[in-house]
Amino acid sequence: MVRVVITNSIRFVLLMATQVFLLKNIGYYNLSIPYLYILFILTLPFGIPNYLLFLLAFFTGLTIDFYYDSLGLNAAACTVLAFVRILFINLTVQRDGFDNEPEPRLGIMGFQWFIFYAFILTFSHHFILFTFESFSFSELGYTFIRILMSTLFTVSLMLITEFAFFQKKLR
Amino acid sequence: MRNLWLFISKYNAFFLLIIFFTISLILLIKNNSFQRASVWNSSNQVVAQSYEKVNEISSYLSLGKTNDSLAAENARLRNQLATSFTSDSIKQGTVRDTTLKQQYTYTVATVINNSVHQKNNYLTINRGSKHGISKGMGVTSAKGIVGIVLNVNENFSTIRSLLHSETKVSANVNGSIGSIVWGEGNYDPRFAYLKDIQSHLNIKKGNRVVTSEFSMFPQGTAIGYVAETRTSKGDNSLDIKIKLDTDFATLDYVYVINNILSAQQLSLEAQNKIE
Repeated sequence: MVRVVITNSIRFVLLMATQVFLLKNIGYYNLSIPYLYILFILTLPFGIPNYLLFLLAFFTGLTIDFYYDSLGLNAAACTVLAFVRILFINLTVQRDGFDNEPEPRLGIMGFQWFIFYAFILTFSHHFILFTFESFSFSELGYTFIRILMSTLFTVSLMLITEFAFFQKKLR
Repeated sequence: MRNLWLFISKYNAFFLLIIFFTISLILLIKNNSFQRASVWNSSNQVVAQSYEKVNEISSYLSLGKTNDSLAAENARLRNQLATSFTSDSIKQGTVRDTTLKQQYTYTVATVINNSVHQKNNYLTINRGSKHGISKGMGVTSAKGIVGIVLNVNENFSTIRSLLHSETKVSANVNGSIGSIVWGEGNYDPRFAYLKDIQSHLNIKKGNRVVTSEFSMFPQGTAIGYVAETRTSKGDNSLDIKIKLDTDFATLDYVYVINNILSAQQLSLEAQNKIE
């Protein structure tokens, strides 16, 4: 239990630092913007209670918002992300079969499941993020292109991260 | 109560979503000026748009009134046009201050009866002798000439339309004078023929046709433009087909032209006949 808390805390700090100090400066013409930090919420253990998941997601988003000067924006997106995560895991993971598996990771869950998981969750997060950022229906097409491009960017970064760090756990 | 708790704990994810999402949104809108402005702006937009729509509909209801006032204004403005005035100065005389004197006045009228598909077409307008209309006055629309006043009673007048076999209007194309006729083998309300133009004259398709100084209309009133020219059989004049500017089928408002000096002109010309 303590080990889980410590590893997740380290992961949180590392992902936050990467997001705020490195990825904040990366983007393709305001069209494709990576938000890798949501990998922290994605890889929280399966057994986490809902309220804790929501709290963590909310504060993760809020932390990013402090650095991005967009108070509440990422928090809202992460809250939705947490909700979608609960729905997705309820639908696709059999409780009995996977309760012993600690975390939804690439190495544990397999490539196909993970890429689907990452794509759906990232899309829901980015959808909320970019629509609330533009906050109008006037540039719907542009916003949608931004959502798609950014989702692709974020998911590919997630896959790279997962492959780089957790390859050895592959069954 | 127990059931309510069960319900909430069963769907706790959804309620947690609502709680945290609401908190985020409050933070977002309270702390970000752009989103805050957007919220107010969009609500204002909705209000403004609904007002605009209602206004659009209500303006339709007063369209008739607006038309009337605009047509009246047009008549008033036409009274001030340069073509409504005639030069009053004597050629060899000294230059006077008041060189222009009103020759034409316009009275606006609404067409209340109209025909275009007869062999001889007439219009009825809602102005009569009470409004200063008298027999023989010219009638124009905003686009071009319409016809000549035929009969007048107190409140109404009938107009012999240009689309009438007996209506002949003196017209000017490229400086040469001819006369507009309709109804001699041509019963299309969109076209008329211009006769008595010498065939050696260079009349091209698209040339403007206007009234000449010999008509009861102010010189230069629009009639139409040349649509087709061909030599007429038998004499050396051209048959010129003219596309009329006035759309007789949709006539609504017309102007009756009163030539103030026509009485003098006619009485003078009548003397010639007596002699």
